[in-house]
Amino acid sequence: MSTLRIVWLYPDLLSTYGDRGNLLVLAHRARARGIEVEPMQVRSDQRVPHSADLYLIGGGEDGPQAVAADRLLQDGALSRAAEAGKPILAICAGYQLLGSSFYANGRAHEGLNILDLRSDRGPSRAVGEIAGETAPQLGIGPITGFENHGGRTHLGEAVQPLARVTSGIGNDGATEGAWAGHVIGTYMHGPGLARNPKLADLLLAWAVGVNPGQLPQIDDSWPERLRSERFGALANAQ
Amino acid sequence: MSANLTPRAKFATTLLRTAAALSRATGRGDGSVIGGRVGLIVEPRLLELLAEGRHVVLISGTNGKTTTTRFTTAALEAIGKVATNSFGANMPTGHTTALAKAPKAEYAALECDEHYLGQLLDAASPKVVALLNLSRDQLDRAMEVTALAAKWRQTLQEAAAQSTIVANADDPLIVWAASVCPRVVWVAAGQSWTADSAICPNCGSHLDRFGEFWRCTNCGLNRPSPQWSVAQQGEAVVGPDGRRYELNLQLPGRVNRANAATALAIASLFGVDPAQAAPRLSEVASVAGRYARVERDGRQLRLLLAKNPAGWLESFDMIDPVPPVVLSLNAREVDGFDTSWIYDVDFTSLSGRNVVVTGDRRTDLAVRLEVDNVRFQVVDDIRAAIAAVPPGPVEVVANYTAFQDIRAEFNRVN
Repeated sequence: MSTLRIVWLYPDLLSTYGDRGNLLVLAHRARARGIEVEPMQVRSDQRVPHSADLYLIGGGEDGPQAVAADRLLQDGALSRAAEAGKPILAICAGYQLLGSSFYANGRAHEGLNILDLRSDRGPSRAVGEIAGETAPQLGIGPITGFENHGGRTHLGEAVQPLARVTSGIGNDGATEGAWAGHVIGTYMHGPGLARNPKLADLLLAWAVGVNPGQLPQIDDSWPERLRSERFGALANAQ
Repeated sequence: MSANLTPRAKFATTLLRTAAALSRATGRGDGSVIGGRVGLIVEPRLLELLAEGRHVVLISGTNGKTTTTRFTTAALEAIGKVATNSFGANMPTGHTTALAKAPKAEYAALECDEHYLGQLLDAASPKVVALLNLSRDQLDRAMEVTALAAKWRQTLQEAAAQSTIVANADDPLIVWAASVCPRVVWVAAGQSWTADSAICPNCGSHLDRFGEFWRCTNCGLNRPSPQWSVAQQGEAVVGPDGRRYELNLQLPGRVNRANAATALAIASLFGVDPAQAAPRLSEVASVAGRYARVERDGRQLRLLLAKNPAGWLESFDMIDPVPPVVLSLNAREVDGFDTSWIYDVDFTSLSGRNVVVTGDRRTDLAVRLEVDNVRFQVVDDIRAAIAAVPPGPVEVVANYTAFQDIRAEFNRVN
């Protein structure tokens, strides 16, 4: 691959909690490995490129979430990218709309069915620090982020939870996020990739077709210090 | 004004002043909040009773409300005494105290928290309501911004029929909220943060932007022609008749020239000649510590408060290009616990400068700056930051509680 093309979908609709940060972090970490990056911001009135290497979709309010789902269903390119094994990272409202259905403005909407899950409303808004233990086969260690959502997500059999919740709510208080193939959904913003550099590297490795261990090491002193501060703050609070 | 107060309201006012004075004397702040709380317990209608008979302007929006309120107060003082909540206590308790402390003031300029606008419209029956801008702010504890604009729109429709609105024509959320009102004076006050208004608040379609003009591609919502604007050349405000009012502000940046334009628009609705009001604005040197200049060990610090992405972008636009920059970030309750918004701020303009970061969440800032390839030093507090830069001018940008911590280090400079 000559240039890594990272598509950030619909920043006009879904970009609420520093979601641009995930794009910045991925581009920064790729360039630090000598990989050229072409960040592509695709507005909701533009076609979704089908040939990009990595797709990002962020969080947002109910109205824009429903509009985004409708346009992505019409466009079709994101579903084809998922079938082709392209990595996708979806946050919060973007995560919910990858499932079969989600709630927005008081009613159920059809999702993209890329991940086997569905979302509805929870009894209360989940707001605060979130942390969890991820499956060993992901090789990314514990995750830390900040969540702010009213939805709850129920996982089907064809997906794995991204993490078992140790603090916060996530999907339902027990699990957080989901993954299947190269598609990851999560409620973590913060943004998630700034606070979880190994998750960023996993997506990059999938995008360039290597094992994460083959990516050259970079200096993660500051992100590691941030991680220990956030985990430490949760431990102190408990 | 208070001559017509009921005995109960008079008693409430006396208790309010006593509580506020006690709070000040015991070093717990300026007493606005506790005083107002006491007064409102004794007489729940106290705010309404104290506002009765006065000419009131409410000033609200995400950013610039404290400064605009200060400018407006300076302008209105050309024609009379003005009651104002100059300490930034911008909820009903603070408004009640501001009015109670200035019983003889015929005018009132009240800064109003965005979430209390409806309550204040009911209680204070304002002659003028100024709406500055709406952008994302403390999302973990506040409403998302389009929902807030919708709430304003409904509130204004119900409660502001008697008021004249002074509104920012450059902010689509403000235009949508204000356009339900029969009398609106539009000010081209600019918009430094456009990401919360990429789509039409009215119908959800795309907004097209051509320079300063914007319009919805579907429903036709568009930028109204402003009566007031900031001059393109030089430092001046241009009024409805095309007349220029020269500004000689001590406060920096385009955003403060826009705040001045709004203040002149408000003042002229109260019958103040803008030519008389404009020079009064240049007497404002700092606002509750904001823009204050303090000196320590040969370093001249200028203190800038920036609470949210729009505020940080505005402050980067204001600062002088050469001096070192100290950034301080906290995430305590009033700041919002969520720091993710720092990724909505572009820090690349600081590249190549001497940047020092501090505050409770300095590590978050360090990670953020690394992503933007901005070099930085991390230090424990403002004292260490001062020691880390050479003598000379220093620009300090801090969010709310980080700013208060720095002010405390300098005897709560105003």
